[in-house]
Amino acid sequence: MSAAFQIDLTNAETFPTRRTEAWKYSDLKRWLREAPEPSGTALVGAPGPFYDLGGEAIVFANGRPVGVTDFIASGVQTLRLRFLSDAIGTGHTAAARIVARPGARLLLLETHEGKGSAYVAHNKVEIDVARDAEVTRIVLIEEPEDAISVTNAEVRLEAGGRYRQTVVTTGAKLQRIETQLSHGAEGADARLDGLYLLKGSRHADLTTVVDHLAADGTTSQLTKGVVHDAARGVFQGKIIVERGADGTDARMAHNALIASERGEIDAKPELIIYADDVQCAHGNTVGTLDESALFYMQQRGIPADEARALLVQAFLFEVIDRIEDEAAKEVVRAWLTARL
Amino acid sequence: MLSINNLHVSVADKPILKGLTLEVPAGEVHAVMGPNGAGKSTLGYSLSGRPGYEVTDGSASWNGQDLLDLDPAERAAAGVFLSFQYPMEIPGVPAMTFIRTALNAQKRARGEEEVSAPAFLKQVKAASQALKMDFDMLKRPLNVGFSGGEKKRMEILQMALLEPSLLILDETDSGLDIDALRIVSDGVNALRRADRSMLVITHYQRLLDYIKPDKVHVLAAGRIVASGGPELALELEAEGYDKFLPTAA
Repeated sequence: MSAAFQIDLTNAETFPTRRTEAWKYSDLKRWLREAPEPSGTALVGAPGPFYDLGGEAIVFANGRPVGVTDFIASGVQTLRLRFLSDAIGTGHTAAARIVARPGARLLLLETHEGKGSAYVAHNKVEIDVARDAEVTRIVLIEEPEDAISVTNAEVRLEAGGRYRQTVVTTGAKLQRIETQLSHGAEGADARLDGLYLLKGSRHADLTTVVDHLAADGTTSQLTKGVVHDAARGVFQGKIIVERGADGTDARMAHNALIASERGEIDAKPELIIYADDVQCAHGNTVGTLDESALFYMQQRGIPADEARALLVQAFLFEVIDRIEDEAAKEVVRAWLTARL
Repeated sequence: MLSINNLHVSVADKPILKGLTLEVPAGEVHAVMGPNGAGKSTLGYSLSGRPGYEVTDGSASWNGQDLLDLDPAERAAAGVFLSFQYPMEIPGVPAMTFIRTALNAQKRARGEEEVSAPAFLKQVKAASQALKMDFDMLKRPLNVGFSGGEKKRMEILQMALLEPSLLILDETDSGLDIDALRIVSDGVNALRRADRSMLVITHYQRLLDYIKPDKVHVLAAGRIVASGGPELALELEAEGYDKFLPTAA
């Protein structure tokens, strides 16, 4: 169990501080000294970004389930998992549980749709991917600039299980999106991607912990981010290859751009390897927008702001291009383009 | 008409252009030749508004419009096109998307109607064929992994599609073999028009065998020190720039 899972919004003692190594870039206690008052009810308004893709739905409004909280997928299914927040200064917790039965193919379209201000949201998702099942989880997060949120997903893969994840966020006052994934049996395959586009003084922390417990597992990670203004992006990626997890192939990359003087990126890639016969690699780059390229684009008539947006979009789209589902990919592209 | 008068430009507080005066009437092709360090590239960058090129004195106008007041994109919309000596790579932006974005941005700035995707596709196909370019290259990110010749051809393609009225060619021949030079020159020559002016900046006379100038100017130590007909280029080729350089004390 990670620290994020143990957070209890009703008990400030459980809030991690930067003295906890895994939270050193995202000091929850600093912004949240006391437990918030519980949120009241919220209405379910707009249908959400993935409405047109249909399927079943699990909806939480200020942490309260509107219907079921659990879902068991078999065959080919689409599930929209919506975490709605509409509160002012109060806090709420939601928990969902997803199971993909053997051979199932689930498209899990998750959205965090925040309104109001200064709320605190804690979302927990447990995902079990059974033998030869496949889960594609796409997460779009949009929250007010003064909201605080912590999202934790625990993903367990069985033999031959496949998991694809793409998290796309515009950040919040303090926002942590954590994914803990374990290759529990041999031959599982995971792709964990992330994208952050942060403006103002927003903060987003994409943290992943991947544990290879069994042989012949593969993990591929690509996270890209752009920070404007005084925003701060955090990427923490840890891959652990346990003794006996031979034949593991794990690759992790984080590439970020700082598009302002005061923006900040903190990156902490970690590979911890106890097995012998493994292939592991990680790469991390942080750069700035290419001024020569910007001038070249302006010289051809593209105004500076548009040129910058085009370069940022091109940079970030690499992550979205890895989404296999074409319809979902289009929604995510349009969603991001509208927020550049 | 391009009209440059007493232009002074500094880069990082170091004066590079020191009172450059030059006029290029509509429809004419003028070559600016000069030794390394004379300020040739600085002239191109100053006219197109590159950040870091600080105009400290003088003026530059195109068809009566003061260029120095405009930002780079506004100058482009006013018709200024600088063909780069080393065109930039634009990762992730397909060449076709790039050119269409630029064309429509210019049209918006001029209050004209934007070109539709199908209409643009037609124009691109015709223009790329004329330049013997593989159409698939236009789907690739602009200039990324292109050879020197391909990049220059892509510059000419952009000229053909953006239809600028003032072309500034900065060392267009650098990095080109003789076949590529011919294709690129043919492309430039096809763009000659009565209402379009060209400023061909070059170190070597070679390019002027292919793009025939109406006039040749010698740029040395930040100023135009001599002007003449095409024969001046041949004279420079034979005798070098020595006689135009300030003699060491």
